[in-house]
Amino acid sequence: MAVIDSFKGAAEIVRGFGITLKNLVLGPVTYQYPEQPMPIYPRFRARHELRRYENGLERCIGCMLCEAACPTGAIHVEAAENDPAHPNSPGERYAKIWEVNLLRCIYCGDCETACPVEAVVLGHEFELATYTREGFLWTKEELLKPVNPNVVVRAE
Amino acid sequence: MDWINLVLIPGIKSVILVVVLLTGFAYATWLERKLIGRFQLRLGPNRAWPFGLGHPIADALKMIFKEEIIPARADKLLYVIAPALAIAPALLIFAVVPVGPGITLFGQTISLQVADVNIGFLWVLAVASVGVYGVILGGWASNNKYSLLGALRTSAQMLSYELPMGILLIALLLTTTLGTADGFGTLSLNQIVQMDRPWWLWLWIWIAFPFFFITMLAETSRKPFDFPETENELVAGFQTEYGSIKFALFYMTEYLHIIGACGVAVSVFFGGWRGPFVEQVPILGPLYFAGKIIALIFLFIWASASVPRPRYDQLLKFCWTWLFPVSLIYLAITAVIVTLA
Repeated sequence: MAVIDSFKGAAEIVRGFGITLKNLVLGPVTYQYPEQPMPIYPRFRARHELRRYENGLERCIGCMLCEAACPTGAIHVEAAENDPAHPNSPGERYAKIWEVNLLRCIYCGDCETACPVEAVVLGHEFELATYTREGFLWTKEELLKPVNPNVVVRAE
Repeated sequence: MDWINLVLIPGIKSVILVVVLLTGFAYATWLERKLIGRFQLRLGPNRAWPFGLGHPIADALKMIFKEEIIPARADKLLYVIAPALAIAPALLIFAVVPVGPGITLFGQTISLQVADVNIGFLWVLAVASVGVYGVILGGWASNNKYSLLGALRTSAQMLSYELPMGILLIALLLTTTLGTADGFGTLSLNQIVQMDRPWWLWLWIWIAFPFFFITMLAETSRKPFDFPETENELVAGFQTEYGSIKFALFYMTEYLHIIGACGVAVSVFFGGWRGPFVEQVPILGPLYFAGKIIALIFLFIWASASVPRPRYDQLLKFCWTWLFPVSLIYLAITAVIVTLA
């Protein structure tokens, strides 16, 4: 019996060697991240972006539904009346302050769902590291800027 | 003329050998990191220079310039001496390994071997055993429980595995009696390399290689038998308290042991520097030798990537209840074959 067990054990070890050799032949699966963009799924949720209409008006109408929907209280909105001569948004009101604290945000996407005018979306920009806590408090002006994240969107 | 033959030429050969071995060590670490990475679907080192070839140099510089710390309760003298005691035998093993046929330079035939002693085999076994001292003394002088336990494990492991290794080597020595004219066999590695053997004898010798390879893994305390430094149980074993260049010396010892063991195994099992066209172009000899050693080092790295580490008692049980009887059986069969042939 011991002899048979020895041969079985040896066969198992040889099988293990075969598995590692197969891996060697397959080659690395590493993404050389900063140089080579990360592939992400289309519905990947990273930092918030505020959007505009094509005519340049902000989509946000200051309804504060996102603030109400936010489970962690990361979003803070203060609305103001639009000046009829120079409107910020097509509605009666616009967001005077639209801030999100990314240290509190859990990237659940509820604000995106709650927004009636699709003004706030969670985009693909995930390189958010900064050296200060204030750096994680993103205001409306920064969120309105279009971004070009270093990612490749893969098929779902 | 005498001092040229006795001092100058061996001196030059030793210096070249040491330089080659230390460079070989540096790039053995590179090869290991690169290959282990590939085995695990990673890239391995690739930052410094193309293919990460600058990493060994950066590592060496880092090790040299690190702060040296000697533990307060350590035995200072032994603590400092131990790494040297460990690395010297590792370098010495290669003195008797022939790396190529004799080449003619300035009208003199120079054998590519530091010392062509007729007891090369005994030299290898003796020097390999001395290597345990550095490890044990290093572990003891550190005045640390983990170091001491690691050192004790090393001694038990090395002494246990020396037995099947020695018996397998005795069996291989028996086969050399078929190759020498007087029928007494030889202990000189140079003669063993140059010996012509019939094909069935080669086949029988190669059957022993897997067993010999297992004892090599244990003797050099490589994964999966790296018990002196089981990091999940013993921090880093005997080298826990060592830092800077002294740690590097222990690290070097491990790789030099691998290179040395591969050199001996290549000489005994795979015909050393012999290969096609080596008679016409002697300089091919060292190249064949290096190629064969690299192939064996690849096998070492492959094993360390493939097999998990067993428990310590399993290691010793495997040696005494399995490997030792198997090597005895192999020795007995070899004796019968040699007598009949």
